[in-house]
Amino acid sequence: MRRIVTATVHNRSGVLNRVTGLLAKRQFNIESISVGRTETEGVSKMTFVVEVEDDRKLEQLTKQLNKQIEVLKVSDITDKAIVARELAMVKVISNPQIRSEIQGIIEPFRASIIDVSKESVTVQVTGKSDKVDALIDLLRPYGIKELARTGLTAFTRGHQPQVAEFKSYSLLK
Amino acid sequence: MKAQASAEQQTAAKTGADLLVEAMIAQGVETLFGYPGGAVLPIYDAIYRAEGSFDHILPRHEQGAIHAAEGYARVSGKAGVVIGTSGPGATNLVTGIADAMMDSIPLVIFTGQVAKGVIGTDAFQESDIMGITTPITKHNYQVQEIEDLPRIVNEAFHIATTGRPGPVVVDIPKDISSTVHEKQVDSEFHLPGYQPTVKPNPLQINKLHDALVEAKKPVVLSGSGVIHAGASEELKTFVQNYQLPVTTTLLGLGSYPGSCDLSLGMAGMHGTYSANTALYECDLLINIGSRFDDRLTGNLKHFAPNATIAHIDIDPAEIGKNIPTQIPIVSDARAALVSLNEKPVKGLDHKGWMEAISQNKVDYPLWHDLPEEAIVPQWLMQKVYEYTDGKAVVTTDVGQHQMWAAQYYHFDRPNRWVTSGGLGTMGYGFPAAIGAQLADMDSTCVAVVGDGGFQMTMQELSVLQERKLPVKVLIVNNQALGMVRQWQETFYSERYSESIIDVQPDFVKLAESYQIAGYKMETQEELLEVLPEVLADDQPAVIDCRVLQKENVYPMIAPGKGLHEMIGVKR
Repeated sequence: MRRIVTATVHNRSGVLNRVTGLLAKRQFNIESISVGRTETEGVSKMTFVVEVEDDRKLEQLTKQLNKQIEVLKVSDITDKAIVARELAMVKVISNPQIRSEIQGIIEPFRASIIDVSKESVTVQVTGKSDKVDALIDLLRPYGIKELARTGLTAFTRGHQPQVAEFKSYSLLK
Repeated sequence: MKAQASAEQQTAAKTGADLLVEAMIAQGVETLFGYPGGAVLPIYDAIYRAEGSFDHILPRHEQGAIHAAEGYARVSGKAGVVIGTSGPGATNLVTGIADAMMDSIPLVIFTGQVAKGVIGTDAFQESDIMGITTPITKHNYQVQEIEDLPRIVNEAFHIATTGRPGPVVVDIPKDISSTVHEKQVDSEFHLPGYQPTVKPNPLQINKLHDALVEAKKPVVLSGSGVIHAGASEELKTFVQNYQLPVTTTLLGLGSYPGSCDLSLGMAGMHGTYSANTALYECDLLINIGSRFDDRLTGNLKHFAPNATIAHIDIDPAEIGKNIPTQIPIVSDARAALVSLNEKPVKGLDHKGWMEAISQNKVDYPLWHDLPEEAIVPQWLMQKVYEYTDGKAVVTTDVGQHQMWAAQYYHFDRPNRWVTSGGLGTMGYGFPAAIGAQLADMDSTCVAVVGDGGFQMTMQELSVLQERKLPVKVLIVNNQALGMVRQWQETFYSERYSESIIDVQPDFVKLAESYQIAGYKMETQEELLEVLPEVLADDQPAVIDCRVLQKENVYPMIAPGKGLHEMIGVKR
C-alpha cells in the first residue's frame, strides 16, 4: 500500500543520509522524497511516499524513523484530510505550429509554459501526483525531451473532519 | 590590571582536545581504550598533559580496544570509551561498533578526522566514518565548531547510556582538537528528538496484571534489557510472587539466577528442552527486554502459537517487530516491574503447568557423553563453573564454546556474562575479557574462546603482559571452527570445507613469549590437576585445552524449524 509519511527533522548535515539509509537498511521502498525548510529555523520537513506491504511494516517504518535522534516527529497522514502537491517540469518537443495546441492541452490543468525555444516548450504543472501523471500522459505523444518531478510534499488541512476514522499507530490501540 | 586579566585569559586558553579531556573527566570517565595516530595527536597530547586523569589501555589493534570497551561496559554498567585515529584507525573499530549496536552496549567512540579544510579531498588517512557508521550507531556526530565540542560530548554520553543503550561516534577533525579556544563554552544540551519513554502506561500494566492472574500457562522470557535496567531484584520479586517459570535469552543470562528452581535456563536454538517447550506451549508469554531474535524464536509460525504476548521494552520499535504483541509496554524494565510488583498478588492456578515443566527438566536435562580420558567441552564448562564457584566473569567468542558456556555456566548474577550475541563476532571474547577484568579487578575473569576466534585477536596478550591482568584465557581447542564444522556435518553431508584448522601455533610457547604462563591439557586427569590452581591464582594464564573435535552442541532447533522440533534432546 502507498502511504504518505511526513517527518520533521533537525536540519543538520547527514540527516537526509541517516533517514534514507535507515529506510534502505530496513528494506522500505521509497517512491518519492522531498525535503525543505519549515516555518521554524533549523527544522526541515521531509515528505516520503512509500510502498509498504502491510500495517506492521508501516508501524516499523514510523517507529524506526522516530528513533532517530534528529527526527522530531513522524506522522502518517495518508488517511487524514491533507493538501498534497508536487511540481513537475516537462520539456516537450514543439514547433511554433503546435505550440498553441499544447497551450490548449495544459490550460485545464492550470499549468503554464515557463520556457520557449525553437524546438521545445517547457511546461510547469503543480498538483496531486495523479494530475501530474495525467498531464504527462497527454504530452507524451508530442515527444518529451526532459522531465523532472519534485516528489510530493504534503501537510494536514487546517480543519480535520471529526467523522474520519484515523488509523492510529500508537502502541495503545 | 589589564595585563593581569589578559594573562589570566592566556592560562584559560585551551585546545579542543583539552575541552574533550575536561568533558570526559566531568562525565566520570576513568578508563580509556585507544590507539594513537596522526589525527588524534592533539587528543593524545591533552591526555598526556592531564596526567593521571585516565587509565589508558593501549591494545595492539583498534578492534581489541573496542571489544575491551564493550567488556568494560557490560561489567561496569558504565559507557566504554574508545579513541581511534582517522582512516584505518576508525575503520578498524567498525566491527566493534556494529557489535555494540546489536547488543545495546553503551559506548562513546572518539575518532580523529583529517582537518576540516581537507575533508572530502581523499586526504591521507581520511575515511567517511560518519557515512560508514550511520547505520551501525545509535547516533553519530562530526564536530564542526570547537564551541560545540563539550556539548556534543555530553550529548554523546547521555544518548549512549540512556534509553536503549548503544554506541555513539564523535568524529573530531584535527584542527578542532588542536585549535586554541579562549572563551567559556556552554555544555548544556537539549534533545527534543530524544525523549525515551521510561515509565510504563498504567493501563497496560493493568492489562498485563489481568492477563497474568487469568493465565494457566504463564512463562517469563528475560532478556538483556533486564540487565541494562538493573532490574534483576525486581524480576526476582515478581517471579517469586507469582511462582513463574523463567527462561532467558543468550544475552539475558544472569538477569535471573540460573541455579534457581524456577529457572529453565536459556531458550532458543541451543536452549533447553524445558525452556523451548514452555515457550511453545505457554498461554501467556511475558517478554521483558528481549527483542525476539531469530536465534531465540526459530520459525516464527511456531513461536508461542497459543499465547497472549506481553512485551516490555524501552525501544518501541522492538515491540511488534517480529512477533505480533497483544500487550505492548514501552518502559524501562525496572520501572515496569516495580509497577507490576505494586499490584496485589494473587495465587495463580497453574499447578499442572509447573508440574509439567518440572517433569521436563527432570526428563530432558542437558546431556553429553563422557569418554574415559578425553576432555569433552561440556564437562570442561562444568568444571570451570565448579572451580570458580559460579562467580567468575565469563567472556566468549561465538560458536560452539559460546553455547556450551551458556548452557553449563549457571549465571546467578547479572553483568557476569560477556558475549557477542547479535553480531556473533569471532575474536570478541579475549579483548572483552581485558575490559571486563579492568571493570572488576576482584573477580576471576575467564575468557572462554575457540581456537579460531582467539587467533583473530590474540595479539592483545601484550596487554595482559603489560598490565599483569589476571585474565584466564581458556582455549576450547578442537582444532576446528566448531560450529561451522557442526553445520557442515549436519546440513552439508560432512563436507568440511575450510573448517578444520589443525595448523596452529603452540599456544603455550606463544603465552610464554609474552611472559604469561601457558598450560596445555589433553586429558581429564591433567585438567583436574591443573585447572583448579590456575583459576585460583592471581596471574594471567593461557590454557590450551584440547577437546574432542566431533562434539556437537545439542539440543538444537535446526534453521527454519519451530520450537517444538528440537533435535538431539536425548542421548
